Amino acid sequence: MSLDPQLPPAAGPQVGADEWVARQAHRREYLPSWLGDAQRAGERVGWWPRLAIAGLAGALLPTLGLSGFQLQVGIDSLTIALLAVGLNIAVGWAGMLDLGYIAFFGFGAYGFALLSSAQIATTGIHLPAYLSLPIVMVTAALLGVGVGLPSRRLIGDYLAIVTLFFGEAFVEFTNNVAPSKLGGPDGIVGIDPIRAFGWQLTSNFGYYYLLVIILVVVMAVLRLVEKSRTGRAWRAVREDPLAAASMTIPVNRVKLAAFAAGAVVAALAGTIYAAQQANVFPTDFDTPILILVYAGLVLGGTGSIAGAALGALVVMIIYDGLLRSPTEAGYLFYGLIVLTLLARLRPWRRLAAVLAATVAFGFAAHAIAKAISASAVASGPQSGGWIADALRDWVIVPANPQTPGNWGFVALICLLITLVQVGNRWRTILLVPTIYLASFVWETRLVVEPSITRQLMIGAILIVMMIARPQGLLGQRRVEALT
Amino acid sequence: MSFFFQELVNGITTGALYSLVALGFSMVYGVLKLLNFAHGDLYMVGAYIGFFIIQFFGGAADLSIAVPLLLVIMFVVAAGLVGGLGVAIERFAYRPLRDAPRIAPLITAIGVSFFLESSALLLFGAQFRVYNTSEFISLSSGIRIGSVTIDSVQILVLVLGLVLMTGLRILVNRTRLGKQMRAVAADREAAEMLGINVNFVITATFLLGSALAGIAGVMGGLLFNTVTSTIGFIVGLKAFTAAVVGGIGSIPGAMLGGLVIGLAESFVTGYISSTFTNLIVFGLLIVVMLVRPSGLLGQAQLQKV
Repeated sequence: MSLDPQLPPAAGPQVGADEWVARQAHRREYLPSWLGDAQRAGERVGWWPRLAIAGLAGALLPTLGLSGFQLQVGIDSLTIALLAVGLNIAVGWAGMLDLGYIAFFGFGAYGFALLSSAQIATTGIHLPAYLSLPIVMVTAALLGVGVGLPSRRLIGDYLAIVTLFFGEAFVEFTNNVAPSKLGGPDGIVGIDPIRAFGWQLTSNFGYYYLLVIILVVVMAVLRLVEKSRTGRAWRAVREDPLAAASMTIPVNRVKLAAFAAGAVVAALAGTIYAAQQANVFPTDFDTPILILVYAGLVLGGTGSIAGAALGALVVMIIYDGLLRSPTEAGYLFYGLIVLTLLARLRPWRRLAAVLAATVAFGFAAHAIAKAISASAVASGPQSGGWIADALRDWVIVPANPQTPGNWGFVALICLLITLVQVGNRWRTILLVPTIYLASFVWETRLVVEPSITRQLMIGAILIVMMIARPQGLLGQRRVEALT
Repeated sequence: MSFFFQELVNGITTGALYSLVALGFSMVYGVLKLLNFAHGDLYMVGAYIGFFIIQFFGGAADLSIAVPLLLVIMFVVAAGLVGGLGVAIERFAYRPLRDAPRIAPLITAIGVSFFLESSALLLFGAQFRVYNTSEFISLSSGIRIGSVTIDSVQILVLVLGLVLMTGLRILVNRTRLGKQMRAVAADREAAEMLGINVNFVITATFLLGSALAGIAGVMGGLLFNTVTSTIGFIVGLKAFTAAVVGGIGSIPGAMLGGLVIGLAESFVTGYISSTFTNLIVFGLLIVVMLVRPSGLLGQAQLQKV
């Protein structure tokens, strides 16, 4: 028994607590009142029923009457979700940062493209899907082992570098090597659709359903793997390779298996992608896609199958769907700000004060700017819908918004960094100009540059999620064990 | 033969550039054990800063101040601003994760890199910005040995690179701060117990490393002339390669690695084909990793229990 006075637990990560303790701590973090009850009820639904419900929901979605664009967003989202689920094997379970993952996706796509187009030989090879898919997947597994082999000797970060170079090398390879076969920067066009036993899949509806089925099946298989001997071995290797090895786990073989399994899933996604797009280009498999997949995985929570799929779907629907139209992007942006404030700002008096101050600040700033110069508020808000009308007399949008918007962006970043560094009282005060400035930058720059805004969002997701909630939406918090 | 020596000179020049970027990368890795993927983007920011300073003084064609003064301002401002940016990134993005599982700061670093790149795209647009070095530094006024020319920009890069690397070496080996850096790199917790202000040392390391990247960015602008928001990625990759080939965390290793990469690139471009340059450089890296995982000058790391 200790005679030391009882000290309050230190802030920051709990050192020495393991995964189990982290899980127990998570159990105590329910939302207040009925929300918590709903949360608990939701958690009582098992994993399999949830998968079934999600799969059914996915299958019923097109019956609501999706437009062609929305269907394409759905297909892209499902592809990225499949990739994220596969990436989770190496990154989430085995704890290896695989930055060449997207090359397996590209390998699957190119492999399928070569096997089902007029690219090789004079008439080309046109294998049916029941032959080409297994061939591509098995080769991808072998390639995964080949790339994973260095990991025998590489610890941690070195692996990240080698795989990153592998990914880059793939893009360079497809761009430069054998242009007559691989097409160089022009890629391969005219790829057959998925064909088997006399029928072929040509409509986007077909590919949507195929992807839903594949995603559900892959998730189910991975769930079984997760609970199996191999799955436990992966997590053991992640937590401590040395301890795992001393428990007779063949660490190298287990790592290779993780690589190979991830490669197979990625290659499968690649084949569907190539068949649906009917063409492949080297740039389709470059770093931005990798970062997109990582953003999905991190948002959903590394280590969780459902989290990976959900995170990727959310990221893709925002990235590909919502951020294309100024009106919807505006709803998303302001909705996120208000939701974050509602969720994070306590007590409610503080919340009310910040909201009121922000509104007042905006009108005051607008009035002052208008009094000084009419051109300072000449353009209205750039986003559409009722939000634009509501903000007309609130946010300043000068006649020539680009340069002020750029300076505003720089100032916003500085303000955000300051906001994180200062104490609580200052944070509350600084919050008001930050929100206003964010809105200013949004209306002047971000809404008119949707493609850049999407990339900024992906970067921000990676940074903010890792700092604020490293376990993601559905993942389990991991606490570093005392070493 | 003169072709060979010309390629040698070009290789050493780009090598010096890569060395500078690799140094900062390697230093950060040394103290924090973090692969700072955003390091290449700091180079890009430095290059942009240099460009806007030229614009500020009237553009390359008619400068309002003397060229040496302009160069000094470019290097100093780029070093200061990029150094500050590096420190801000460390404060904001990496410090909260210092005790997190190893993979978390890596993913954050990727996010920072992507964020910087798209911010540059937002602020400066997608068009190429051109330094037009030849308008204000006469390229012909270099040293001529036989048929081999070392033009004045190359001389500038080589001399400045050499000075900075020597200075860094003295700083790390001779000064109190350098000693503290080495202590933190060897064992952060033990260093903390011995009263070393670890946060200060890490901040100083980020400041120095990022400043070097900023200076390298201006050099790159003078040397390669064009700046765009994506240049950071490929230079960052080359610098990673340099740091890893030399032995990550080792300062002489980073210098050597930079030279190796610069020479390899130059000779492959000169003698084989420029389409395969990157492929061969990456292949080189993978071979080195397989044969000598700790790099040319790195120490083999034993895993502690």
